[in-house]
Amino acid sequence: MIEVHGEVWTIKEFFTYPNEYIYWSIQIVMYPFMTGLVAGAFVLSSLYHVFGVKQLKNIARFSLVFSFALLPVAMMPLMLHLQQPMRGIHVMMTPHFTSAIAAFGIVFSTYGMIVASELWFVYRPHFVAMALELKGQNNRGIIDGFRYLLFSALTLGAYDVSEEALEKDEKAVGFLAGIGIPVACFLHGYAGFIFGSVKANALWMTPLMPVIFICSAVVSGIALCIITYIVVMEIRKILSRMKGKASGLPSFEELQSAEIEEVKLTSRYLVMFLIAAITLELLDLIFRGYTAVKSWDILREVIYQKDFYKIFVMQYGMGNLLPFILFKLPGLTVRRAALGACLMLFGVFMMRWNVVIGGQAFSSSFAGFMEYVLPIIPHNMETVKEGLVGALAVIITPYVLFYFINKVMPVFKYKGSH
Amino acid sequence: MDRRDFLKQTITIIAGAAIPASALEFVNPRTLFAAKGSDVKWVFLADTQKCVGCGFCVKACKLENEVPYDADVSRTWVERYVICKDGKMRVEGKMSNPGFGINADSPKAGRDGFTTPRIDIGEGKHVEIRDEDISKAFFVPKLCNQCDNPPCVQVCPVGATYKTGDGVVLVDRSWCIGCGYCIMGCPYGVRFFHPVYKVAEKCTFCYHRITKGMKTACVQSCPFGARQIGNLKDPNDPVTKTVMTGRVGILKSEYGTKPQVYYLALDREVR
Repeated sequence: MIEVHGEVWTIKEFFTYPNEYIYWSIQIVMYPFMTGLVAGAFVLSSLYHVFGVKQLKNIARFSLVFSFALLPVAMMPLMLHLQQPMRGIHVMMTPHFTSAIAAFGIVFSTYGMIVASELWFVYRPHFVAMALELKGQNNRGIIDGFRYLLFSALTLGAYDVSEEALEKDEKAVGFLAGIGIPVACFLHGYAGFIFGSVKANALWMTPLMPVIFICSAVVSGIALCIITYIVVMEIRKILSRMKGKASGLPSFEELQSAEIEEVKLTSRYLVMFLIAAITLELLDLIFRGYTAVKSWDILREVIYQKDFYKIFVMQYGMGNLLPFILFKLPGLTVRRAALGACLMLFGVFMMRWNVVIGGQAFSSSFAGFMEYVLPIIPHNMETVKEGLVGALAVIITPYVLFYFINKVMPVFKYKGSH
Repeated sequence: MDRRDFLKQTITIIAGAAIPASALEFVNPRTLFAAKGSDVKWVFLADTQKCVGCGFCVKACKLENEVPYDADVSRTWVERYVICKDGKMRVEGKMSNPGFGINADSPKAGRDGFTTPRIDIGEGKHVEIRDEDISKAFFVPKLCNQCDNPPCVQVCPVGATYKTGDGVVLVDRSWCIGCGYCIMGCPYGVRFFHPVYKVAEKCTFCYHRITKGMKTACVQSCPFGARQIGNLKDPNDPVTKTVMTGRVGILKSEYGTKPQVYYLALDREVR
């Protein structure tokens, strides 16, 4: 028998229309989650570049590079989701601008260009230094020959690293970070608009959706930066212990104190955005209950019965309240911050899940339910793409990319002026 | 060539190209067609009093439009509603608020007719309702509403779905990217992914038939005249007469989609 798209992971209950299935599955959960991380990481780096929060210097450079590594991955879930991935480029070729998705390519590439140019200005002195150093070497060999070509290409011919030139660079970075903030917010608010503007979906349709998405995006972006930063710092601490002073690395104590300072300050912003996100989400919930329009009967059933555990225990309890307490208890330690940030990341993921999957948990007939069963062991291409395997691929890719980007634009060893 | 010459020549070329380009716009066939206006506007009339739930329409539609016969999707379907005297839904197990519920089903899109009084509640489970509890029961045929303000057309990111001049919403199978936004945007649940072509699929009022003077497959196969198609711009069309002078209802008017499928004797319980 011919299988219909969505049939394999949808459980239908009571009265649903015959064509209704969970059409937007795990990859559409991943999509706002990943763009959220991109936008959030960028906003964190801009706190330093634009608002001059000096203490964030280390983490700012890191989060900028990481946001660049995350960028291509925001595209990945969409490609895995499309029934005709080879036609994905049509969105750029024949954009139909009444659609909220049509401008995605434009917004996304604008944002990508801003991040890329900001990175270029930050790392230009490094590119120049590397290119000059490699140029001086005789008998470069294949690898160094390639590196020489790469770095001299990356300088774009701008070898001027005088005081004046660097000052201009710094101005450019500030400017790009400045316009980057609204564009990053737009990129993600836009993802929220894609859902919030679907009038046929009672759970999604609210003008608050873009704002809620932005706030939770910043939360998840900062949380991920904290976790990754802590992991990298721990590795460096181990290295510094093993190699001792001769290695030229900062001493163990220096790293320790820098790490906790950075984490403490960053977590303050994290909690701030968390409060904003929760306030808006609760406002939305209260408003729906109070106005109780036609769809409320079924929404109440989904929110308080069917998805109660996912919404109130996993999302609000484990993902928001618990990390909030962890961060607010006096005497924050690195370990506690790492745990809190992990939980926050989980909370934001659950929020995306509860919006995307929860929005399809009830039928448009308002008289039936649909349940999504995530395909764990795939048995065909569809269950690979829109199952656990596809989701894990999306999660792992940014780290692989980060590894390679870090080779070209070193995040920690580099002592640039920015 | 110096800068002055370059600018001069550029301006000349642009000005020269502008004239034929504007002529093209002037004779744009689509603009001309729109100015003339179509003298056809397809509308559909469904009489729920006449529908007996035989499912011939669903069978005919699936065969005519090559939607795989056994696949659990369909361009058109028939719903059965069984309203109880106490207005409550009949289910087993606990529900905190059965107020949302209704006894209704459409197994296999109603393709094989409704031959048993048991209501299908999904996953192979059924619920039986005693005759003495029933206050009324009826069938409702469903199909694409060919909305005048179609949300599916609005949300398509590549313009692969569009509304024709005579009022039918179609999908270009060669351009659809399969994002599913149109499926999400439709409040009536008429869209799905075609299991073979892997693109958005929907009822087209059998556009390939009606534009050649034939009836749609479902209209032709209905033995009771519950389904009719007509041209709203023809005042002598029997469907037009009914829509203009009869008491007709539409589905889910609250979404502002302006549906063009009209119903006679539409019950308030119909979803």
